[in-house]
Amino acid sequence: MSIEKTQPTLHLGVGDKLRLWWDALARPAQWGIGVPFIVLIALLPVLRPPVITTVGTDFGSVLAQFGMYALLAIGLNVVVGQTGLLDLGYVGFYAIGAYTVGLLTSPDSPWNLTDDWLSRDWAWLFAVPIAIGITAISGLILGTPTLRLRGDYLAIVTLGFGEIVRLLADNLSDITGGGRGLSQIAYPVVGESADKPNGVFSAGNTSAPLNSGTWWFWLSIVLIIIVLLIVGNLERSRVGRAWVAIREDEDAAEIMGVPTFKFKLWAFLIGASIGGLSGALYAGQVQFVVPTTFNVINSMLFLCAVVLGGQGNKLGVILGAFIIVYLPNFFLGRTELFGIPINGDDIANYKYLFFGLALVVLMIFRPQGLFPARQKLLTYGRGIYVATRQAALAAANAVTPAAVAPATSGTTTSDADAPLTKDAPLKKKADDTEGDA
Amino acid sequence: MSAVMTVGPAVSSVVSAFNVDSLTHNFWALTIDGLTYGSIYALVAVGYTLVYGVLRLINFAHSEIFMLGMFGQYATLMLLGFTPRGDVYTEGTLLTIVYLGIAMLGGMAVSGGAAVGLERVAYRPLRKRGAPSLVFLITAIGASFILQEFVHFVLPKLTNQKLGGVNAQQPIRLVEPTVQFTFLGADVTNVEIVIVVAAILLAVATERFITLTKFGRGIRAVAQDPVTATLMGVSRERVIMLTFLIGGLLAGAAALLYTLRVPSGIIYSGGFILGIKAFSAAVLGGIGNLRGALLGGLLLGVMELYGQALFGTEWRDVVAFVLLILVLMFRPTGILGESLGRARA
Repeated sequence: MSIEKTQPTLHLGVGDKLRLWWDALARPAQWGIGVPFIVLIALLPVLRPPVITTVGTDFGSVLAQFGMYALLAIGLNVVVGQTGLLDLGYVGFYAIGAYTVGLLTSPDSPWNLTDDWLSRDWAWLFAVPIAIGITAISGLILGTPTLRLRGDYLAIVTLGFGEIVRLLADNLSDITGGGRGLSQIAYPVVGESADKPNGVFSAGNTSAPLNSGTWWFWLSIVLIIIVLLIVGNLERSRVGRAWVAIREDEDAAEIMGVPTFKFKLWAFLIGASIGGLSGALYAGQVQFVVPTTFNVINSMLFLCAVVLGGQGNKLGVILGAFIIVYLPNFFLGRTELFGIPINGDDIANYKYLFFGLALVVLMIFRPQGLFPARQKLLTYGRGIYVATRQAALAAANAVTPAAVAPATSGTTTSDADAPLTKDAPLKKKADDTEGDA
Repeated sequence: MSAVMTVGPAVSSVVSAFNVDSLTHNFWALTIDGLTYGSIYALVAVGYTLVYGVLRLINFAHSEIFMLGMFGQYATLMLLGFTPRGDVYTEGTLLTIVYLGIAMLGGMAVSGGAAVGLERVAYRPLRKRGAPSLVFLITAIGASFILQEFVHFVLPKLTNQKLGGVNAQQPIRLVEPTVQFTFLGADVTNVEIVIVVAAILLAVATERFITLTKFGRGIRAVAQDPVTATLMGVSRERVIMLTFLIGGLLAGAAALLYTLRVPSGIIYSGGFILGIKAFSAAVLGGIGNLRGALLGGLLLGVMELYGQALFGTEWRDVVAFVLLILVLMFRPTGILGESLGRARA
């Protein structure tokens, strides 16, 4: 028998005060702080700070992988976090994006265009928009029949879709090369020099710190910023409000006149195309695609990034992607940490075990994720939202300073701006009314 | 232009893969093999369907419960003194059946225990909070990771590399598949007979248990209306535990039957695909409906093998997934309808 706390306490996430301060800043000030910060992150693979730099794998490549996962997390966040549709087959879109680039530019493919009229130098750039388009269409094809299903059923159908995509890549060996995969996929040829005859993006560019991984990381940062701006604007528009309405209560949204099916389809389509973009980046970076890269377990990993980071919070899911990619690589090949001998390879191997544990523990104690989303007073604008939050924070400080101090305690479930939180379902009383033995 | 020209061979190879002859020639053999697989799916599907009926929850980690059952029966056989080796043990019919029975009990104990433990550790805290269903599903995925990786990495360390690890277990084979009789031109092996008979016995026993006993009535009552059932003195928590236990026991039994048919299938990742197929079977028959799960399992097993004959072995899993999607799109309530409470289970 559990009785939920009922007195209103302010819900504090990790760094809530920091976020409030950030929200209170004017837009130009935000850019003024944000841009140097992004530049600092972009310089990470060049600076290669001690301890932080990975040992077992090249730091640049790890960050490049992080960039792709961050894109995937942003795309999946639109579907899962914003619209509340659990998509377990997201890896299928990633695969379709990667395979589209592969099929158009690999000499192993029957549809290779580069031996014909397309210059290999420009082939990747030519293939990327096609990859995005085709994944968007595949999102439409998957979404149109299945988005009428709800909740768990949708999750299972998308899971089936993800697996079908991989099986198709594996089985249609006349086209996709089957288990051998497609090799020599095109990449952007930029900045050729004597020691880098194929340009800086070529996998042959291994001269650290400015190796190909670093360059792909930079490219992905640019793409992430563009995608964030697009998705952020969508969120603040009618579309975004419709998504949130569908997530919170689909029936209510439908009754209030939101064409739910249409907006769910839009969410699917946009999420899919971002996944396709990430897949295209992946194909360009490694210049090689095989079906095993697109196992369904990767879908779970992407979902893990979104859930860990905090569903609905764009920056949170990027941090989630960072955790997913960086932590295993941090331990890989490491034999000591701060003087303590550790078996880093073992720890890195256990990554799925740890992520599984993290998911289970998080769902019990903090289902909103490490960096939960804040529902803003969308209709009234940012100023009002900040003012309300500040007032609420001040009130909470005045009444119970202790309640604010343990900022990491995730068990408080009510919020000062309660009508607008997405934690509301947690407060719903369980319907197990009997005393359990 | 060359891009368009080269589409030709790819398409023609897909068309030539339509092997109708293979289907008609081996129709009965495929049916019998399909029923063998189908009865295994059916037993696993019962676990999905019972939990769904009572909790409206897809226990995504059920496939891992099945996987643990495979290791459970394997460990039991090792404890009985069998060691993996190339050739088949010949212990005599009676003794073999006894050993298989003990191994099945071992697998059932492991699976049943794991299922109940999973419910206690992962799902119960969520239920207390009244968490939304997506939270349950994500927890189940997390639990699935944990169980798989436990067998993948931790179990070999605990058992001195004898169990678990990256590779499949070396098979311990007690039964050599031998043809017993032919049915309409199709060979029927002893393994197939054992699997189908054991599965039918277990299914009937479960069905009787749910229909006739006090516990079964409790399960049906909670599935129909949890609040009223509680008012009538049924402990919902106990019913939930019981459903997980039954699901786990049947998955453990299915695990042994599966390893009879596929001796080299004992691997940490071996539950995943089978779990999805069993779930498809449950949906096909009508999730939440016990008889539906049994019917769906048999149907799926048979159709999968027909599909395999038509399109080729590598398309077998695709057939199952496409079937799942089609059923969900056109008849989400399945063949026999959804509810455990409403069905005459």
